[in-house]
Amino acid sequence: MSHEELTERVRRIIATAQHLPEEKVTADSTFAELNIDSLDGINILFAVESEFNVNIPDDAAQNIRSVRDVVDGIAKLLAEGTGGNKEAVRA
Amino acid sequence: MNARVVVSGVGVISALGHNRQEFWESLTAGRSGIRPLTSISPGLLRFENGAEVRDWDPLRHFDEKEAGLLDRFAQFGAIAAREAVADAGVEWSAELREETAIVTGSCVGGQTTEDEGFVNLYQKNIPRVNPLTIPRTMENAAASRISLEMGIVGPTYTISTACSSSNHAVGQAFWMVRSGAVRMAITGGSEAVFSLGFLKAWEAMRVVSPDTCRPFSKDRKGLILGEGAAMLVLETLESAEARGAHIYAEVVGFGMGSDAFHITQPSADGAARAMRSALSDAGLKPEGIGYINAHGTATQANDATETAAIRKVFGTHADRLQVSSTKSMHGHTLGAAGALEAVATVLALHNGVLPPTANYNEPDPVCDLDVIPNQARKAQVECALSNSFAFGGLNAVLAFRSR
Repeated sequence: MSHEELTERVRRIIATAQHLPEEKVTADSTFAELNIDSLDGINILFAVESEFNVNIPDDAAQNIRSVRDVVDGIAKLLAEGTGGNKEAVRA
Repeated sequence: MNARVVVSGVGVISALGHNRQEFWESLTAGRSGIRPLTSISPGLLRFENGAEVRDWDPLRHFDEKEAGLLDRFAQFGAIAAREAVADAGVEWSAELREETAIVTGSCVGGQTTEDEGFVNLYQKNIPRVNPLTIPRTMENAAASRISLEMGIVGPTYTISTACSSSNHAVGQAFWMVRSGAVRMAITGGSEAVFSLGFLKAWEAMRVVSPDTCRPFSKDRKGLILGEGAAMLVLETLESAEARGAHIYAEVVGFGMGSDAFHITQPSADGAARAMRSALSDAGLKPEGIGYINAHGTATQANDATETAAIRKVFGTHADRLQVSSTKSMHGHTLGAAGALEAVATVLALHNGVLPPTANYNEPDPVCDLDVIPNQARKAQVECALSNSFAFGGLNAVLAFRSR
């Protein structure tokens, strides 16, 4: 999966979880700009974990504050193959 | 005409043991009951520790038929109530059974029973669910069991306000005795949290510590879940004195309120309002308080917000307060938390020893209170508060006076 494709999917997940139009969620958006609070944040991580079949550790989760943080974190987890099921990632 | 209300009996079962002596010995030794979980196989969760009740054999306390009717949380509630009533030396008469209330708290009731039934149904494809699931699961199962067992026919009900449940319960019972609505009350809370489904939901909240519970410490990483029950016998001072009962402490105030702020984030204003309300109900000035048993969950958000709330209410007196979180030892027992901590507070006033905040490593500038790190302290304080702040923004605070 290309970096662009990953970014698109993360943007779509966040837009869906927050009930926002997709164009509002850009690769450069911060959670603060999108009014994403701590509870919204864990809900987004849950959606992202389900979509990519990865497990985001709690300490990493605490440092995620933007769309880019999510994309970079997922890219790293997919590269490491952490908890990732390749079929699910491809699907 | 308000009556004065006292605590004449206490009972407790928790990770710190099966009775009040073991509870108090652990608290004053600063000994934590947090251990690797035995009820859940390792590797299924991101966290591996909890404050479980050890060596629990319901058949030591109930016959097989009774035990089958009761979820673990209701068993704990009944055991704590038996101990509290025996401790108070209550002698039942028909009149007293009519004039006694039972008010209990529980956050999730018999969820371990529910979890088991759903595993059978959804995972093992067993198409029938045990018919005792409903009476075992209901949040009032412990209150009903205590009523049935002791023949108490007065007002009996259960309050469910997440982590504030049993502070709301004790507060209601206190007000009922104070107003003369009842002569005596058995009140507290019980909880059994350890099922995989429920723990998975806590894992997803990302507030459970991967190691232990370090309230107010800079390196705190979250709460540790616990289970158990605590019950208190409340009665009027007049009634306790007339029958020559042993008195632990006086209940002097109860305050409650709602944040109307956020479903999970705490609010210093809401917590402060509940503490002020308890002080006002007790007719106490902030300077009258010497000790606070804090909500102190060891999440980043709670401990900083609770510190800010205490500073709002107490001003410069906050620097003279002694504050500890006994959750560092018995874990966060959700709907039983207020009851366990009320017992800890009452015993602290009675014995002139303040339990510490265990597992404490380093000061945090946003939690700059005297949190009684790691070692119990000999100190006879006059009055104390016990704080409970729940998800949903619901706050409940109790005030006690030593006797």
